[in-house]
Amino acid sequence: MTRIMKTGLASLAVTLGAVAFGGFLANRHRNRDGDDAPDFARRNPNGALAKVGRSVTIRKPRAELFAYWRDFANLAGFMENLEAVETSGGQEGVSVWKIKAPAGQTVDVKTEVANETKDKLIAWRAVEGSDIETRGQVSFEDAPGDRGTRVSLTLAYDPPAGAIGRAAAKLFLREPQVQARHDLKRFKMLMETGEIATSVRTRDETRAAKQENA
Amino acid sequence: MMRALTWHGAKDVRVDTVSDPKIINSRDAIIKITSTAICGSDLHLYDGVIPAVKPGDVLGHEFMGEVVETGPDSTLEKGQRVVVPFTISCGGCFHCKQQQYSACDNSNPVEKQDMSATLYGQPMSALFGYSHLTGGYSGGQAEYVRVPFSDVGPIVVPDHLEDDKVLFLSDILPTGWMGAENADIQPDDTVAVWGCGPVGLFAIQSAIVMGASKVIAIDHYPNRLALAKQLGAETIDFRETDVREALMEMSGGIGVDAVIDAVGMESHGFAIDNMIDVVKQKVGIGADRASALKQAILAVRFGGKVSIPGVYGGMTDKWPLGAMMEKGLQIRGGQTHVQKYTKDLLAKIEDGTLDTTFLISHRLPLEKAAEGYKNFKEQQNEWTKVVLKPGMEN
Ligand SMILES: NC(=O)c1ccc[n+]([C@@H]2O[C@H](COP(=O)([O-])OP(=O)(O)OC[C@H]3O[C@@H](n4cnc5c(N)ncnc54)[C@H](O)[C@@H]3O)[C@@H](O)[C@H]2O)c1
Ligand SMILES: [Zn+2]
Ligand SMILES: [Zn+2]
Repeated sequence: MTRIMKTGLASLAVTLGAVAFGGFLANRHRNRDGDDAPDFARRNPNGALAKVGRSVTIRKPRAELFAYWRDFANLAGFMENLEAVETSGGQEGVSVWKIKAPAGQTVDVKTEVANETKDKLIAWRAVEGSDIETRGQVSFEDAPGDRGTRVSLTLAYDPPAGAIGRAAAKLFLREPQVQARHDLKRFKMLMETGEIATSVRTRDETRAAKQENA
Repeated sequence: MMRALTWHGAKDVRVDTVSDPKIINSRDAIIKITSTAICGSDLHLYDGVIPAVKPGDVLGHEFMGEVVETGPDSTLEKGQRVVVPFTISCGGCFHCKQQQYSACDNSNPVEKQDMSATLYGQPMSALFGYSHLTGGYSGGQAEYVRVPFSDVGPIVVPDHLEDDKVLFLSDILPTGWMGAENADIQPDDTVAVWGCGPVGLFAIQSAIVMGASKVIAIDHYPNRLALAKQLGAETIDFRETDVREALMEMSGGIGVDAVIDAVGMESHGFAIDNMIDVVKQKVGIGADRASALKQAILAVRFGGKVSIPGVYGGMTDKWPLGAMMEKGLQIRGGQTHVQKYTKDLLAKIEDGTLDTTFLISHRLPLEKAAEGYKNFKEQQNEWTKVVLKPGMEN
């Protein structure tokens, strides 16, 4: 695997915000010996890539959810750390994901589709020239009866090297987990209700407004 | 700007001037409040035994009023009179589709879900005017309120039914009704109800409407017990009578068939474990005072039914686990699935099956809300239910 992550403190700070959503799991998540729980529920993830993931059930048909996700421009609407996605390369080309980083910065991740099965799975990964290495995968599977679709999001990242890197990795391990869960739940809200629940009292406190003003 | 009852700490609520609520999402509506009540659940906030309440939070989850503004996807129309359920529900998720509205997946903002998910395994859904555990939505003890998912929750009420008759569709009437429904009442059943507050009184009335052969009401306030008697219940004053002994006799030595706990986490009484729990609650380690419920579990017969509309939030010690298992009990609780019941109950109010005004003891202007809290807490015998009217002369 080519290391495309730059080292040094500056990019580390940048990475802090960005890994929250980035990462990769190349294969299906039920690919190990032992029980039938998804890989991301195991106690000690091993291997170079730390994996985080989550599942939700959404009361909508598989194809509808797949189509919405596959249009990467939609992702910024519910992914916490994603500010915008530029899809000028077309659906099949490279898209540029602008990811929020600490101190008001953003980093660009050039993303390509690594794997795709219509209405079932989308995997993406950062390509050369990105500020950080990020990969992810979302899969869609029919839920029992009329419960809709089970959606699983897996994110993985390459923990940065060195002492500071390892310390930071601890943070990453906690944060992306929360992020994956929150992102998926926002996706669910948007799909099931057409909006994202908020208890703020004024419009400028909303996520969308904050994103515009950022 | 508008006036609203805000929380500032235990035993400290005030009517403040706060910013007007705005339409945020497309399914929202803004309601101008005409009537709003103080609930026993508000007293748990007032006493400071519910976590994640923040200074400045606008309280109130029992309210009704006039639609004054609608988002593009609201199905309400300006000028309509509506009662709003205290449970905020999207109508489209797995739980809503099963009419388990108080377990809606989508109403509690994502970032507020983590705390209750840690506590209970899955996150709670949202309620108006309660803790940030349940969304931190501004409540309806105010002049105006923002109502999310206004196409699902609010029920339009006919003009000939005055506010006081329909207001309680927002919470305590469906809560009493579901409390009785969860007790799975059969025609020959003897049903015991702990607590003759508004929830207990509506549970008693509902149990009678559902055909229970005998309903026994338990409390220690003469005035509240008198209201229960007026509804047709037999009564037990727990200060004067050994409750378990009395219930065994009154059920012919079998034990009562069904029990309803309409007391909740701050039960009164001097049972020793209750006193320990009072201390723990005071130091904030999340112990629920559950003496009424423990008593109910011992009083119910083998194979009996236990319904828990009373609110609990944390843990309790010395749980009668053995009795629960050995007796083969059926136990049900939960925040009320208000939206499931509003239509039927409105019909029952309209045709006179249910009386909803007998328990109102005080009507106050919103400006006097703090006084209402204090008295509803400290003068429970006389203050049985307080309705606040923002439009009323001070
Ligand atoms: N499940 C829901 O959705 C829901 C909705 C509304 C209210 N509630 C809960 O229902 C409970 C009752 O609400 P309320 O408005 O009637 O409150 P309330 O405080 O007016 O009434 C409680 C009554 O219980 C009595 N009581 C206290 N200890 C007792 C004991 N050991 N034995 C018998 N009676 C005892 C009190 O004297 C009082 O009359 C509260 O916990 C409230 O939070 C639940
Ligand atoms: Zn209430
Ligand atoms: Zn729902």
